[in-house]
Amino acid sequence: MKRFTWFNTISLTLGFAFLYIPMLILIIYSFNASKLVTVWAGFSTQWYSRLFNNEAFIDAAWVTLKVGFISSCAATILGTMIAYIMVRGGRFYGRSLFSSMIYAPLVMPEVITGLSLLLLFISIGLDRGVFTIILAHTTFSMCYVSVVVSSRLASFDVSIEEAAIDLGCTAFDAFRSVTLPIIAPAVISGWLLAFTLSLDDLVIASFVSGPASTTLPIKIYSSVRLGLSPEINALSTLMIAVVTFGVLTSSIISKRAIKRQKREEEQAFKNG
Amino acid sequence: MFMTIFEPWNETNSKPFIEFRGVSKRFGALTAIDNVSFSIYEREFFALLGPSGCGKTTLMRMLGGLEKPSKGQIFIDGQDINTIPANKRSVNMMFQSYALFPHLTVADNIAFGLKRSDMPKSEIPDRVNEMLKLVQLDNLDARKPHQISGGQRQRVALARSLAKAPKLLLLDEPLGALDKKLRQETQFELVDIQEKLGTTFVIVTHDQEEAMTVASRIAIMDQGKLIQIDTPDLIYEAPSSVRVADFIGDVNLIEGNAQKMANGKMQIEWAESQPALIADSSAQIPNDGKITFAIRPEKIAMTKHKPDDADNAVEGHIQDIAYLGNVSIFKVRLTSGQLMNAQASNTRRLSRRNFTWEDKVWLSWTETAGIVLTK
Amino acid sequence: MNFRKYLFILIPYSWLVALFLVPFIIVVKMSLSDGVMAIPPYTPYLTLTEGWAGITNFFTNLDFENFIFLTEDNLYWIAYLSSLKIAAISTVITLLVGYPIAYGMANASNEWRPTLIMLVILPFWTSFLIRIYSWMGILSQEGFLNQFLLWLGIIDQPLTLLNTNIAVYIGIVYTYLPFMILPIYASLEKLDLSLLEAAKDLGCNRTQSFWLVTVPLSKAGIIAGCFLVFIPVIGEFVIPSLLGGADTLMIGTILWQEFFANRDWPVASAVAVILLLILMVPIILFQRSEQKQREAE
Repeated sequence: MKRFTWFNTISLTLGFAFLYIPMLILIIYSFNASKLVTVWAGFSTQWYSRLFNNEAFIDAAWVTLKVGFISSCAATILGTMIAYIMVRGGRFYGRSLFSSMIYAPLVMPEVITGLSLLLLFISIGLDRGVFTIILAHTTFSMCYVSVVVSSRLASFDVSIEEAAIDLGCTAFDAFRSVTLPIIAPAVISGWLLAFTLSLDDLVIASFVSGPASTTLPIKIYSSVRLGLSPEINALSTLMIAVVTFGVLTSSIISKRAIKRQKREEEQAFKNG
Repeated sequence: MFMTIFEPWNETNSKPFIEFRGVSKRFGALTAIDNVSFSIYEREFFALLGPSGCGKTTLMRMLGGLEKPSKGQIFIDGQDINTIPANKRSVNMMFQSYALFPHLTVADNIAFGLKRSDMPKSEIPDRVNEMLKLVQLDNLDARKPHQISGGQRQRVALARSLAKAPKLLLLDEPLGALDKKLRQETQFELVDIQEKLGTTFVIVTHDQEEAMTVASRIAIMDQGKLIQIDTPDLIYEAPSSVRVADFIGDVNLIEGNAQKMANGKMQIEWAESQPALIADSSAQIPNDGKITFAIRPEKIAMTKHKPDDADNAVEGHIQDIAYLGNVSIFKVRLTSGQLMNAQASNTRRLSRRNFTWEDKVWLSWTETAGIVLTK
Repeated sequence: MNFRKYLFILIPYSWLVALFLVPFIIVVKMSLSDGVMAIPPYTPYLTLTEGWAGITNFFTNLDFENFIFLTEDNLYWIAYLSSLKIAAISTVITLLVGYPIAYGMANASNEWRPTLIMLVILPFWTSFLIRIYSWMGILSQEGFLNQFLLWLGIIDQPLTLLNTNIAVYIGIVYTYLPFMILPIYASLEKLDLSLLEAAKDLGCNRTQSFWLVTVPLSKAGIIAGCFLVFIPVIGEFVIPSLLGGADTLMIGTILWQEFFANRDWPVASAVAVILLLILMVPIILFQRSEQKQREAE
């Protein structure tokens, strides 16, 4: 195996170059002085200051964050409930319809989800705006949350919950004081996933948004369709920076936690 | 000194603490428990023993209120347990996986049930310390479950399930995850704790040695049915059926035709041109006379020459020897073709052993050594 | 107890019925309606004020006209077929690009693996739109790829890449690569190394043991990865609309145009219904293979 390293090194280098060079170029040219995105004309941060003075972008960013925060919180609560029902709920009437309604949004093309939700909102006379985007985002991201949470739920020992009930908990008390603390990491990553999906969504938001509720992806899309723009590069760089920072910190934190746990377990084994 | 022997099951006036009346449990098409009725008495250390999948865990989970019987009733202290929810019973359980709460410290794990009981908050720390002392973990109260060893986790689980001073403690394979040496030590500790507290213990295990060590009585289960309930010595010495004899320990089974003799003993024809075996048994011989004669390997003596005064003696040659350290098991091929195991203590060093492969030997036993089984 | 359990189930259940199932039924109903130049731009319109007559009138006016229209206009058939073709080709390319990366990751040392996994997942967290936008600057006429190739002297005229199918393929492979790499990596990582040693012991050289042991045992990952790319690409909208050109026909963009540009809601709904019917095939196949996988484990 080890002698094959040259092949592995080459495939990994080329693969990661393919994944990261486009984003690197994007970042580098956000500091370009020229308006032409593809010609380097010296270092400048003018596109960042222009971005911060562009009210349309700032407004869109606020709408996006608001939608993302509210919808991901709602999706986390509903998704966790779904996961609990699917993993621990046993049999109930309409279970198969329930499970297909959870998995269908995961494979449904966004154009269809967007179209169908828009037709619903029109037929019940609901004005399109921030609220309808929140409804739409909650609906599809709660399914993703339920997948993340139920895999954690399925992998943890049921007898821990039974022990809580045996020691005098009601079902709700057992969930609150035992199950929830244990699945908390999965719930948090479910929330992050829902938040990212909401921040990312262009297609569904385009269908269900109103004139006064433009989200950041809609704004980016309409400006990108007109061609390359260094302001978008600057915006992209900021978004990439935030995501990278978030992912790096969380992975370092979890890596440390795992290391510490391993060390303590080894210690316990030696002492035991 | 006069000792009172603890045998409530033999006393006509003792009231059972737990009573199963015609209990069945089905999971879909599968019958896990099939019409089981028996009683357990207060202060007993009762073992449910059987191979995996025999229904012993289901039986215990019903006691703990984690499963409901499909048919029949279970009474604890005269009360039908179906009328009390799981979190209101004076029954606690120690789980096979220990089921310690990973996010709580050892002390918080033990206090978990107490916080949900009537105990005043101020008394909880004292009770937790008392429990920690009981299982000898005084200095580990602030650790999390992953920071302690497997043996210590087992003790925390025991302390947690005993903290609320239940009238009945259920133990689901409590020592299954420990290595052999630790397991043997812990078995005696469990017995000590049970005697000290006087709590009724019901243990589920598939390890017969464990059941024999700890239990006052053992119930042997197979395929959802109870096949024998008795004290460990009776289970071993007087199994009621071939299945029990075969399940507990090593046994030689010889099928044959039995006949009562004039002196009340039994004469068993077991192979052509072989002398009949003589057994002192009061078993009822079925009409067709077919019985199974069971004899434990350690009750067989092995000699080079035919003993003169033996009740039963058969001839054969040594086919295989399993040296186990303290004892050796000899697999002897009888002249009739059957294979029989005989056990001998290794009182002498290996080099001075009497028997070796292919040696002609005689196996002999007394007329009371074996049992005649009709089921 | 049981009552509370059902109440607990009812909350997410009714949410999904209201915001997933009902909208879906509306789409099906809409696909059977007729388009008109009005607000809302379709008929019949279910009105309960007319009583029973209104309801019967509503149902008798539903028809399959839109579906017949779709079969008569070649554009739609070609768009469906071309979506399938683009999805199939890009799935194969993604597999060819993704497998060596997954293989390299699985064979990397234990210290490197978590970092490599993070590097594959990181793009997944960054905006889809931004990742596609980054290729616009690379593939345009005066973009970096053309500049680079001109500098190398491989070409002397800039190539037209942006707004062609090639750009669409590149965009798809780029954005969906993590979906291919992760399941393959997961199955390769589980691979028992002693199997390869056994193959070697039994006389296989490295190439043989790769094809006879490694590839068959990573089949589950390959299948999962392929479906995870193929299914979403069929209904893809953003990539063809930003990187594709006039000759890029994908059904997601057609649906978008019917709805937003032509304002023909019934036809857009009919397009959606047929797209879903087509998607059912790979989705059911995928579920079956996952089921088999679970049963095997």
